[in-house]
Amino acid sequence: MRLLYIARRFAVFLLIVWLAASLNFFLPRLSGQDPVRTKLLAEAQLGGYVQAGIEDMVKEYNQKFGLDKPLWRQYLTYVGDTTRLDFNYSISNYPRTVRDLIAEALPWTIGLLGLTTLFSFAIGTFLGALLAWPGAPRWMRYVMPPLWALHAIPFFLLGLILMYLFAFQLRLLPIFGGYSPGAAPAFNISFVLDVIAHATLPALSIVLVATGGWALGMRGMMVTTMGEDYVTFAEAKGLKVSTIFLRYCVRNAILPQTTALALALGQILSGAVLVEVIFGYPGIGALLFQAIRENDHFLIQGIVFTVIVALGFTTFILDVLYPWLDPRISYQRS
Amino acid sequence: MLRYLKRNPSLAVGIFLLAILVVFIAVGMLLTDPEDARPLSVPALRRPSWAFPFGTDRQGRDLFAAMVVGTPLTLRIGFIAGILGVTIGTILAFVAGFYRGAVDTIIRGIADIGLTVPGLLILIIIAVSVRGGLTVNQMALVVASLAWLNPTRTIRSQVLTLRERGYVEVARLSGMNGPEIIFFEMIPNLLPYLGATLVNAVSAAILASIGLEVLGLGPLEAPTLGMTLYWVNFNAAIINGWWWWWTAPIAIVLLVFLGLFFMTVGLDEIANPRLRRSV
Repeated sequence: MRLLYIARRFAVFLLIVWLAASLNFFLPRLSGQDPVRTKLLAEAQLGGYVQAGIEDMVKEYNQKFGLDKPLWRQYLTYVGDTTRLDFNYSISNYPRTVRDLIAEALPWTIGLLGLTTLFSFAIGTFLGALLAWPGAPRWMRYVMPPLWALHAIPFFLLGLILMYLFAFQLRLLPIFGGYSPGAAPAFNISFVLDVIAHATLPALSIVLVATGGWALGMRGMMVTTMGEDYVTFAEAKGLKVSTIFLRYCVRNAILPQTTALALALGQILSGAVLVEVIFGYPGIGALLFQAIRENDHFLIQGIVFTVIVALGFTTFILDVLYPWLDPRISYQRS
Repeated sequence: MLRYLKRNPSLAVGIFLLAILVVFIAVGMLLTDPEDARPLSVPALRRPSWAFPFGTDRQGRDLFAAMVVGTPLTLRIGFIAGILGVTIGTILAFVAGFYRGAVDTIIRGIADIGLTVPGLLILIIIAVSVRGGLTVNQMALVVASLAWLNPTRTIRSQVLTLRERGYVEVARLSGMNGPEIIFFEMIPNLLPYLGATLVNAVSAAILASIGLEVLGLGPLEAPTLGMTLYWVNFNAAIINGWWWWWTAPIAIVLLVFLGLFFMTVGLDEIANPRLRRSV
């Protein structure tokens, strides 16, 4: 049963990968002409050393996706290339491949978004749980409304404001990039501190916005859970307040939150594209922005594919793990 | 009405914030020449003054005029995409949730898979593919192409609970057919919920459109809020200290999002009165 469940989830994952590849193939061709070909030809006409390489790309592209080939054959070639993670060369950074560029940007994004997501989840869930609790301290009533208001604001807008306040006016933190220009990426204290200083503002703008959402979700679940009969029963038994709070209420209310957390972790590659753009943070988002600016179709398609596959994969892992977190859900089909 | 708003402060705050926006646009239309929102129509990079209340940007737009012209454009994108999304979503949700069967499986499957995929990226691929200058209305259609996913799923789950209610059962027994039940029994009861969904969808559509615009995929000619923010980023206005260039668009975008957010909270309270007992 368990194996069948995992197999079915894996089939959904494969379906998502296939859909992502097809989307990449068909959407640009919908307009009738192939924008990739147009861009490549335009680049090749410029001439120069790099352009010699681009001309080879045009030749190869024509050989693979030429107009003489039927559409289904082009499609098969494309899907085949993509599943081998071969996204071709980047047009705007010619001698480098799309795969290399993405591999370079991934750790930055995963580091920034992974940490901020976990951090805001922890704080938000904690605040939300306390807020639903009748014995919560008074000051919480004043913390929550601003957090909820912040929750309605897009990350990057807050980022712009924070950037102005802390980087431009107060000059406390660096304004741009992932590390100081000239600093050689290496594992030593000064570089790590440099990276942390650069990540503080982007991280802050994400955490401040996201925390309110987690608190809101947790509070809602807590209110529902606290109305359950078993909580009344626990109170009647005279259990310690902290036991009722942690073991009876939080333990049950946190389950939907963990689902949401897993979904949020799946979104980390695409969650803060604009924050990265605003702060020039060297992650996937900034790479995507550069690709759009330079009209680098191979890079755009590679990034979109990578992000969707990463997301499908996280969802798959979550589906496999979830019955373990919540024993009420079994691997069997309901 | 007023007495109700007193009991539902979130809705009141939401309506108030959006009303400020409407008044700003209306008064602005009277005071300014929309032509000044085009580049090269006024001197560049002037600080706010009596002649230019919000200052001017580097390309020589009067930012006050740009805001007055651009805010309705951004709202238009949001409303076109939001209304299309909720309409399509409602139809699909009723087809799926009321009639069930294989159609339900297909619609639910598409919506579920579509929702796991990050919308902004798909929109980017679409916008890049149809390049060659989007107009504001095309922009709205691009955003609408994904705006139906969320409404479909949430409304469908509402339909599923509604169809088991007693009054729907009674209507069925008294010989009403499917469309009659949907239009005369279920939709009237769902209206507050549909309202909240619409406000949500509009807000999401505006967020998506601003996202595309800041990435440079928007209508380059139009002074929408997102395009102004794109030029702010493009010209590094913050680092250069041109504070007046970004304060106005950010303030207006904040007003839009906060207004819509408080309105959803307020409408939620109408749609789901059980929320009232907490906070």
